[in-house]
Amino acid sequence: MALSGLDIYKLLPKTNCKECGKPTCLAFAMALAQKKAELSQCPHVSDQAKEALGAASAPPIRLVTIGEGENKLEIGNETVLFRHEATFFHPTGLAVTLSDSLDGTALARRIEAVKALRFDRVGRSVRVEMLFVRNDSGDAGKFLAAAKAAAGSGLLVILASEDPAAMEKAARESGAKKPLLYAATPANANGMAAVAKATGCPVVAKAPPDKLVDLTAALNAAGIKDIVLDPEFRRLDECLWAQTQIRRLALRRTFRPLGYPVIAFTSSTDPARAALQAAVLMAKYAAIVVLEAVEPWACLPLITWRLNVYTDPQKPIQVEPKLYEVGAVSPDSPVLVTTNFSLTYFTVEGEVEASRVPSYIVVVNTDGTSVLTAWAAEKFTADSIAKAVRESGVESRVRKKRLVIPGGVAVLSGKLEEALPGWKICVGPREAVGIPSYLKNVWPSL
Amino acid sequence: MAIEVLTDKAAGAIATVTIGATKAEGGTRESVVTVGGETCLPFHLKEGVMPHPPVIAMEICDRAKTDWPPEIERVFGARLKDPPAWAEACEKQYGAQAICLRLLGAHSDYGNNSADDCVSTVREVLSATTVPLIIVGPGQKDKDNEIMPACSQAAKGEKCLLGSATQDNYKTLAASCLADGHSIIGESPIDINIAKQVNILISEMGLPPGRIVMDPTVGAVGYGIEYAYSIMERGRLAALGGDKMMAMPVICFVGKEAWRAKEAKVDQSEAPAWGPAMERGILWEAMTATVLLIAGADILVMRHPDAVEKVRGVIGELLGK
Repeated sequence: MALSGLDIYKLLPKTNCKECGKPTCLAFAMALAQKKAELSQCPHVSDQAKEALGAASAPPIRLVTIGEGENKLEIGNETVLFRHEATFFHPTGLAVTLSDSLDGTALARRIEAVKALRFDRVGRSVRVEMLFVRNDSGDAGKFLAAAKAAAGSGLLVILASEDPAAMEKAARESGAKKPLLYAATPANANGMAAVAKATGCPVVAKAPPDKLVDLTAALNAAGIKDIVLDPEFRRLDECLWAQTQIRRLALRRTFRPLGYPVIAFTSSTDPARAALQAAVLMAKYAAIVVLEAVEPWACLPLITWRLNVYTDPQKPIQVEPKLYEVGAVSPDSPVLVTTNFSLTYFTVEGEVEASRVPSYIVVVNTDGTSVLTAWAAEKFTADSIAKAVRESGVESRVRKKRLVIPGGVAVLSGKLEEALPGWKICVGPREAVGIPSYLKNVWPSL
Repeated sequence: MAIEVLTDKAAGAIATVTIGATKAEGGTRESVVTVGGETCLPFHLKEGVMPHPPVIAMEICDRAKTDWPPEIERVFGARLKDPPAWAEACEKQYGAQAICLRLLGAHSDYGNNSADDCVSTVREVLSATTVPLIIVGPGQKDKDNEIMPACSQAAKGEKCLLGSATQDNYKTLAASCLADGHSIIGESPIDINIAKQVNILISEMGLPPGRIVMDPTVGAVGYGIEYAYSIMERGRLAALGGDKMMAMPVICFVGKEAWRAKEAKVDQSEAPAWGPAMERGILWEAMTATVLLIAGADILVMRHPDAVEKVRGVIGELLGK
């Protein structure tokens, strides 16, 4: 629970020394409560106050980091139940299972399949980023071998064994950087806490909800703070309810024992069904989802949904309004015009690319709105398009001054021809999907 | 240690809407569907009820001059040009709980079918099926106002769901629904305020909440679905909070959006990293539907039978069945 200014004031030295830059300790306390000042600005604060204030200011859901360096995955530290209230901050990590019972060839093949789950979407490269290495064999040596292979893939690693000895060996010797340890249970809590402590790795606390609270308390007592929760539900309806409860308790009650990100598992072996389960788990608060599926057609929509649900709803995503070249353009290339809403732009770009007709795309600044929205709001008008075309410098780069406008704004043709003397305005397809056929069949005859 | 359970109690419930009328009720349907009635967020069944699970309607078109994605073509073949046969397959072979007839062929770009053409399609589809019918116009103001009253009259007594009323074109359709006993779809462009405004306008025409369904306009996964998702969540929260003018069940035209996505259509030869187009397209539609279920969809209008089947499975799982 957040402390009030007065609560904080009680913990300060009350000397009004002004060294923090505020006129009084009370003013400083108020600033702290509003998060406009940092406790470290007070040189005289006691250790006891630091601890009390530090704990109170910790986020209700702990931020946990898996891996190191550029590829690390940060999960948790979410602040809302519904994305429209602010945004969801740390995208769900996706993990694919890797059994240590697989023989060397099968293991390598599966790792390659997971590495291939990498796609380009609206200018970003997105992927399945983790391997969930499962100690199915019960053998510490095989577990280490599989963990080594996983670590060598460049993917992040979750080590799954309930045997602390096997876990310690794999965590220390596999070469995996800060893997997530799965899992500490009420039965192995001491042993697993010791491994987590010694290796500095985050660890999953796995127990039914009523036992989970005691388990995280035990891990805390052993000095472990980076915890991920597995409340051990596998049915979709139960996961949805449990994950909702955990998120509500953390955010509404600042309930520290469950103030951690959650790992969830899909139960279906059918890739499509598993992907649908994962989509639900992701929407309702799973910080990591583990899948059996390695089929790209199952992972592509899931990764796309992840991008969608973690998009900041307050920020229309925009691309820079300027002239873009797709492919090896020449003075005979077509010139298309669209808006700077990234979804619009990348849809157009994708279709132009698919057409294999090298083209110029002039992007008009419409404050990140789509063609018809921008047109309705008078941000995509004959004047704004003409201005963007002139400023793009495309005029001096093409022989045929033909401007292809979206079919949805065909009404702008007349005014645009007036605003852009020398250009012929061509009405393109209404939907981007029609661009390849337009560029191949209609454009050459223009 | 016992953990507190935080249950949110709703101040309001979603209205219930029934589509279809049996012989006893003055129609010719053998089954009807009822949606709405929720007193909790979708599938939060420990703090309220969802008395009527979400319904999946399958969408057909009226000989519209348009191309279909290869995967839809593969499943329905010649029936894409034969609305009664298409509708019958959806009901008998694929278990559609309702049929949604989209009169796209009346659109000036897709055939410009006349009111008489539309009426005969409506009659053919009604006699080929026994489940409730949803009828949606082409979405061109003048054309909608020309054909929908005729279709409404032709289906009088069947308690159909007719769409779509918009903020600036609702009177004709609302009057038809009132006169012929149908329910109405109020459409808004991914805008919660307009959604409410449309509900108010339709209500003022005399249609009760039990005869209004909202279409918030959705996008597919990868194509703006997050906007619809949040608008639907906000709408549902407002309704459960007691706002009666937001408490109408929600219909989502999933198939129409999902099958426009490039990812649902492009052949593997053009995108080798994406895997086979067939599974991909089906899952694109199923995932779009699944995500919208979580946001509060009551009626999903879908196209591919395999996607329907998968979503039916997910609904079962979410209901704990």
